[in-house]
Amino acid sequence: MATNSNFEKYKSGGTLLGNVLEWVDARFPATSMWKAHLSEYYAPKNFNFWYYFGSLALLVLVIQVVTGIFLAMNYKPDASLNAAGLPFAFASVSYIMNDVDWGWLIRYMHSTGASAFFIVVYLHMFRGMLYGSYRKPRELIWIFGVLIFLCLMAEAFMGYLLPWGQMSYWGAQVIVNLFSAIPLIGDPLSLWIRGDFVIGDATLNRFFAFHVVAVPLALIGLVAAHVLALHEVGSNNPDGIEIKKVMNEKGIPLDGIPFHPYYTVKDIVGVAVFLALFSIIVFFMPEGGGYFLEYNNFFPADPMKTPEHIAPVWYFTPFYSMLRAMVWNFFWLEAKFWGVVAMGGGVAILAFLPWLDRSPAKSIRYRGPIYKTLLGIFVFSFLVLGFLGTKAPGYLVFGQAWLNGDVIAQALTVYYFLFFLTMPWWSKMDKCKPVPERVTWK
Amino acid sequence: MQTCTGKGDLEMKIMDKLKTLLAAVLFAPALVFPAAAPASEEAHLDRAPDLSGDKAALQNGARLFVNYCLSCHGASALRYTTLQELGLTEAQITENLMFTTDKIRDPMTIAMTPADAKKWFGVAPPDLSLVARARASAGGSGADWLYTYLRSFYRDETRPTGWNNTLFANVGMPHILFDLQGEQVLGADGKLQLSAPGKLSAQDYDKQVADLVGFLTWMSEPQAEFRKRLGVGVLIFLALLFGFAYALKKEYWKDVH
Amino acid sequence: MSDQKKMDCGRRRLIVATAAVGGAGVAATAVPFVASMLPSERAKAAGAPVEADISKLEPGQMLVVEWRGKPVWILRRTPEMLETLPQLDGELADPKSEKEQQPEYCANATRALNPEFFVAIGICTHLGCSPSSKFKPGASEGMSADWKGGFLCPCHGSTFDFAGRVFKEKPAPTNLEIPPHRYLSDTRILIGENTQGA
Repeated sequence: MATNSNFEKYKSGGTLLGNVLEWVDARFPATSMWKAHLSEYYAPKNFNFWYYFGSLALLVLVIQVVTGIFLAMNYKPDASLNAAGLPFAFASVSYIMNDVDWGWLIRYMHSTGASAFFIVVYLHMFRGMLYGSYRKPRELIWIFGVLIFLCLMAEAFMGYLLPWGQMSYWGAQVIVNLFSAIPLIGDPLSLWIRGDFVIGDATLNRFFAFHVVAVPLALIGLVAAHVLALHEVGSNNPDGIEIKKVMNEKGIPLDGIPFHPYYTVKDIVGVAVFLALFSIIVFFMPEGGGYFLEYNNFFPADPMKTPEHIAPVWYFTPFYSMLRAMVWNFFWLEAKFWGVVAMGGGVAILAFLPWLDRSPAKSIRYRGPIYKTLLGIFVFSFLVLGFLGTKAPGYLVFGQAWLNGDVIAQALTVYYFLFFLTMPWWSKMDKCKPVPERVTWK
Repeated sequence: MQTCTGKGDLEMKIMDKLKTLLAAVLFAPALVFPAAAPASEEAHLDRAPDLSGDKAALQNGARLFVNYCLSCHGASALRYTTLQELGLTEAQITENLMFTTDKIRDPMTIAMTPADAKKWFGVAPPDLSLVARARASAGGSGADWLYTYLRSFYRDETRPTGWNNTLFANVGMPHILFDLQGEQVLGADGKLQLSAPGKLSAQDYDKQVADLVGFLTWMSEPQAEFRKRLGVGVLIFLALLFGFAYALKKEYWKDVH
Repeated sequence: MSDQKKMDCGRRRLIVATAAVGGAGVAATAVPFVASMLPSERAKAAGAPVEADISKLEPGQMLVVEWRGKPVWILRRTPEMLETLPQLDGELADPKSEKEQQPEYCANATRALNPEFFVAIGICTHLGCSPSSKFKPGASEGMSADWKGGFLCPCHGSTFDFAGRVFKEKPAPTNLEIPPHRYLSDTRILIGENTQGA
């Protein structure tokens, strides 16, 4: 493909469409943006399975925004009771399910989409840890990513209140009360968040506003920043090599291929597979075994009756486990405060990863046994913490008294933090293999 | 393997990791489900027969629901018209099942207001639209719970209603179906025994309860059958899309050396 | 060279096929979203046909029932009222009810299933006001001396006869709309639903 002069490049063939494009290009950078981000964005050719999750996260975002708009057309954030004695908000979800044409499908897409979002994002983050995608010069991409993750958690948490079921209500109650653990400002802060002395109509209305307007705006902005930052420095790859180091005479990386069409056609394959898995949940198991839609949430919110066992939705449970693991009073502050610190810290510590990791190699392919082992244990810990977070306190794994869930969670929480905090030392010590000049391909 | 890990080996490793991880993360619910099952304090639930698609049974369930439940419990998420999906005609619904309204498009609500109900019963009888989904747990489906519950009432004179329930201790509702089942008492061994027979044999009573529970299950998501049928179509379509997309990807990636 | 061309041809076919399948998928996905904006079951229940009992309606009296938030008139016309209809043909904009403002079964001389009972939506076809009854002939109700009885829209002065037909040179463009309806019995009319089978 010969590169023509700028004039030639933008010159249409005199077709109608070409003329329109020419007119637009004189006023808006349509063609140049298309080139910069798609047809002339050179991505490493050795992307593997793990590189599907970025575009899939974008797809899920679109699904959530579109289904969310249509749900908002019929949902009512109103905690007062209707003639049948059900809260209007709760009844409006039933209304969407039974009275609105296709409402059930839109609602299941949205509820499944919430879980799918976290599955995709967790895998996407794990990809970053596998191949060192957070390392210089991609620190800012990673930080934008952590902020996206935070927004996503806020979005999911506030969205979960909206159906106004028992789990919505008591989950929000517990989490908002966490803020009261903060010394001095805690109690007024949680009162301010609720706008009432209990979770109530005011809380529901403001959570609705945040869920449908404020947080999505922030989320979309951050996603744009995430992608722009990525396209500024270029994509990492499973070998953790900078492909820009080896360029041809035109300044195109030898190991790079244009994102469009090569990765667009590849991502369509990923989209088809993802949508098939997504559809299996939506059409055949929308409750996801009680994990995607909790059974207790089919009971309307009842401020007089706490369910026997409150567990957050599965995507919060690893961090919820860390919260519960803190049972000791340190210094003059009570355990509840340290629980909040652990929960927040568990997320916040991710942001420091680019500076904690001091390994000479980025990709796990060239890293030594220490990283491989510790990362393996880390993933296992995270999954077990997540599992234990769905269980009541005092849960015995396999019913064995010596496998006390609380103690295991405490140990794994300690591991979780030690993994990050000791990383500067062991990542340097690890015996890495030499990193090749060019990517591994075929 | 030398310094550079070979592609084939690496791919194997990745595929292995992928499979475990996908299984763990995506199907964790299914996998931990048995593990999550009966914490010892949870009661054993009898399994309700699956009556989805059995229109005769569901129609009978609808009849039982309207006659026994709908005077105190509403089903406000369901409209009478939706009962047509069970094979009932408008005329049948209007004549046999509609007692609280004369408009067939109305929801199945009760005349009693929640405030009155609270005054009379202490607690307002809950709306049953979604009860079959809400009562599901790790121990069994909501249908299992309801099927066990409706067969677990026994005489207990210490209770204001004269009834208690082995599944739902100190339940507020009396045994509404007792004319069908008869009276049970709680034996010293903790097992229920029939002390005075009702109109139906134990077997026939179980069948009636199963029909009622089948109806409650259907009611909690009337579009469930359609949802599954549509799902099959969607998956077939996605398989087709996958085929074309995969061929297209192969075609383009021939260029990449 | 020819090899190159063949490959491009195959590639183009694949692009077209994939785009067609994907496009069909997107279009099919759009259907539920578009359909979700149609009237819901609740709206349909509120807009369901309403029954009117006409057993107590005296000749010359009019009953107003609400259907889909609009007033529906049921006027029991006296023989005198019915007699005025053919005399007015020359003064009306659409005397033969040729414009589709009524179900087919009402496109007749009296614009009714049963000439005695006139059923119409009481909303002026001009800008949506509800016309008032001016049933007395002559000037007694503030109409002109040659007025034979009918309806007057207070907003812009459109006049209609006892069959809801609009007079010539009035702002209202068409006759009053007649809703679908049928007789459940001699004394009960169902408004909002066509004759059985129709």
